[in-house]
Amino acid sequence: MSQQYQKYYVPAQSGWPIIGAVALFLIAVGAGTAVQQMNQGGGYGQWLLLAGATLLIIMLIGWFGNVIHESMTGLYSEQMDRSFRQGMSWFIFSEVMFFAAFFGALFYARMLAVPWLGGADNNEMTHALLWPEFSAHWPLVSMPDGGETQAMGWHGLPLYNTIILLISSVTLHLAHVSLEQGKRTALTAWLFLTIVLGIAFLFLQVEEYVHAYVEMGLTLDAGIYGNTFFLLTGFHGMHVTLGTIILIVLFGRVLKGHFTGDQHFAFMAGSWYWHFVDVVWLCLFVFVYVI
Amino acid sequence: MTSMTEQNDIAAQQHDETNEHHHYAPKGIMRWLLTTNHKDIGTLYLIFAFTMFLVGGAMAMVIRAELFQPGLQLVDPNFFNQMTTVHGLIMVFGAVMPAFTGLANWMIPMMIGAPDMALPRMNNWSFWILPFAFAILLGSLFMEGGGPAFGWTFYAPLSTTYSSDSTALFVFSVHIMGISSIMGAINVIVTIVNLRAPDMSWMKLPLFVWTWLITAFLLIAVMPVLAGVVTMVLTDKYFGTSFFDAAGGGDPVMFQHIFWFFGHPEVYIMILPSFGIVSAIIPAFARKPLFGYASMVYATASIAGLSFIVWAHHMFTTGMPLFGELFFMYCTMLIAVPTGVKVFNWVATMWRGAMTFEVPMLFALAFVVLFTIGGFSGLMLAITPVDFQYHDTYFVVAHFHYVLVTGAIFSIYAAAYYWLPKWTGHMFNEFWAKMHFWCSLVSVNVLFFPMHFLGLAGMPRRIPDYALQFADVNQIVSIGGFAFGLSQLLFVVVVVKAARGGEKAAAKPWEGAEGLEWTVPSPAPYHTFETPPAVK
Repeated sequence: MSQQYQKYYVPAQSGWPIIGAVALFLIAVGAGTAVQQMNQGGGYGQWLLLAGATLLIIMLIGWFGNVIHESMTGLYSEQMDRSFRQGMSWFIFSEVMFFAAFFGALFYARMLAVPWLGGADNNEMTHALLWPEFSAHWPLVSMPDGGETQAMGWHGLPLYNTIILLISSVTLHLAHVSLEQGKRTALTAWLFLTIVLGIAFLFLQVEEYVHAYVEMGLTLDAGIYGNTFFLLTGFHGMHVTLGTIILIVLFGRVLKGHFTGDQHFAFMAGSWYWHFVDVVWLCLFVFVYVI
Repeated sequence: MTSMTEQNDIAAQQHDETNEHHHYAPKGIMRWLLTTNHKDIGTLYLIFAFTMFLVGGAMAMVIRAELFQPGLQLVDPNFFNQMTTVHGLIMVFGAVMPAFTGLANWMIPMMIGAPDMALPRMNNWSFWILPFAFAILLGSLFMEGGGPAFGWTFYAPLSTTYSSDSTALFVFSVHIMGISSIMGAINVIVTIVNLRAPDMSWMKLPLFVWTWLITAFLLIAVMPVLAGVVTMVLTDKYFGTSFFDAAGGGDPVMFQHIFWFFGHPEVYIMILPSFGIVSAIIPAFARKPLFGYASMVYATASIAGLSFIVWAHHMFTTGMPLFGELFFMYCTMLIAVPTGVKVFNWVATMWRGAMTFEVPMLFALAFVVLFTIGGFSGLMLAITPVDFQYHDTYFVVAHFHYVLVTGAIFSIYAAAYYWLPKWTGHMFNEFWAKMHFWCSLVSVNVLFFPMHFLGLAGMPRRIPDYALQFADVNQIVSIGGFAFGLSQLLFVVVVVKAARGGEKAAAKPWEGAEGLEWTVPSPAPYHTFETPPAVK
């Protein structure tokens, strides 16, 4: 290793992690109980969930506040920065694998499970004995048990959303370039535009969901097509929401004059996250909508 | 030769010269709740893992007590199912994995000359969410309808259509365990990649560090898939989706594919660090360098790579196209090659070595022999046509307990005895440690070896009652089980005695041990290697 050794900063004790642990506990118990109590018209579960989420937000603000303060007072070394970058890349890799599970389910259902139910390969008897009326098609709009739904086309809203997200990746990249070149006004403008595009995406996504539920009968429980459609786009939408919040926080920090051309890990991480969410959408657009 | 205490003084002096000290070690409960110190967090992980090992072990005792005789004696079948399920979940996620993470926390920074883990606060978070996750899981046992009773593999539709209402809590507790593992693994990778001492090149890394690096990669790759599959179980059960229901176009077999895509790398997550431990201990007590260091690294990486393309050997009887059966059979058998390389290297390391048989070495040797038995029965199970006979019998139970108990757990004991002097600063009581080893060794074989025959004779697993002809062997197995359970209490005696006092340990209490962790005094100071050490 050639680089000069720098002293690695080991933070003193911190109260935030244990607060975060309590928050996750409340969220898990709250979410679990809320799900159980769903059919009873609510209960204490949702309040536990809310309390946990609130505590988690407080923890994140406090913890990130500490880290930002440490960074701004110059405690961090280049080695520390590398730790953060590597940590963020591995976190994104774990997110990729999370989406891979749902894409895997989509491919399995589409390539294997549904054709087999229709009698493909050596499954003639499966077809004859289970649902002889069923014929295998994708998108699966007529379920084996007789349920009906409609498939979401890729024209219109999904296409607009694809364009919006693609542009937002470009604008964020331009913001990053401006930051590295020290053009603060351009940075602010490009970042602002990215946030607007992110919010526009989310708005159109909600629009699409309303359309699916109200007019198309395409719901979360509408067979494997509806399942994969809503879980994939839904988890993606949650990631866009989180990404937008991250960008808004970054925007606030830019306005306060944080980040320099060569020291801006948080900006970098937020930008990586956004590009990752964008790539996931492209896969979604191709495999869920178009093909 | 310098005496033990002199040796320790020299190490302490060198340590003081190279490190400026904050002699700041917080006290009381807050020390443990708020800690960012890798040694504290390692200790917490290890204590937690052992506690969970006893809890999960108590459940195994319930299982063995019920199976002592045919017929239903002690518990009703639903409770029996909860015991087998939660026993498995606790041993996998609560005992073996946290124990390895604890060892990683304690040892990796000291082995690579780092001041701490790379992300110390996240390290604290990774640990402290675990007790909460297990509180939820154990709490669900007391809910109306009982806890999870679908087996640790939670196959759909057992976990969806036919599961109790506590399944929602099971799902979220697994989510938290996953988050904990992922954060722990990120920390390990970043520490190893970024915080090595400047001269510590890749091929100088101790094998424990190498194996953990690869394990951490596996964890990050597959824990999110587990999160995905429990989420699908949640939506199938509560939100009307049909991922695992053919009526809506899904497929229960798909559950098994996604689960085992996680599950198979997971079993290597539970054994690769063992390989690292044994590769440290055998050279130390054979007083010879490890035979074939580079091949060990490549073998570990190959095993990890192969682990992603063998998952469906868990499902040969579930239904798969013929090509799938053959593909997964051959890939699985291929794993025997790198594993064979490892066993060969351990044996070759001992060849003409100046061997002594201290307790860590005893456990390591038992590991090599007994893990190999587990490996061979795995090879038998890999053969598809034969697996049709063995599937879901006690043969499978025997196989994975040989790999996990006499494999993973024995290696953890070996590690604990090997590094206990470094952790506590005292030598442990040799007599009681040897008692622990010999009692465990004998009882574990009485416990698990006859299970092979039960399985071959056709006794199914996860059943609270059985046909009369299995009665004798089951009694032997149960007696072995109680004896093994009791033997583990000896470990508590040894550790508590060593923690409270005893003969002072030298900086390097084992003559043949190699590595940076032996250059610091025993017990290891609260902060080590604030400036990185020189590496030979």
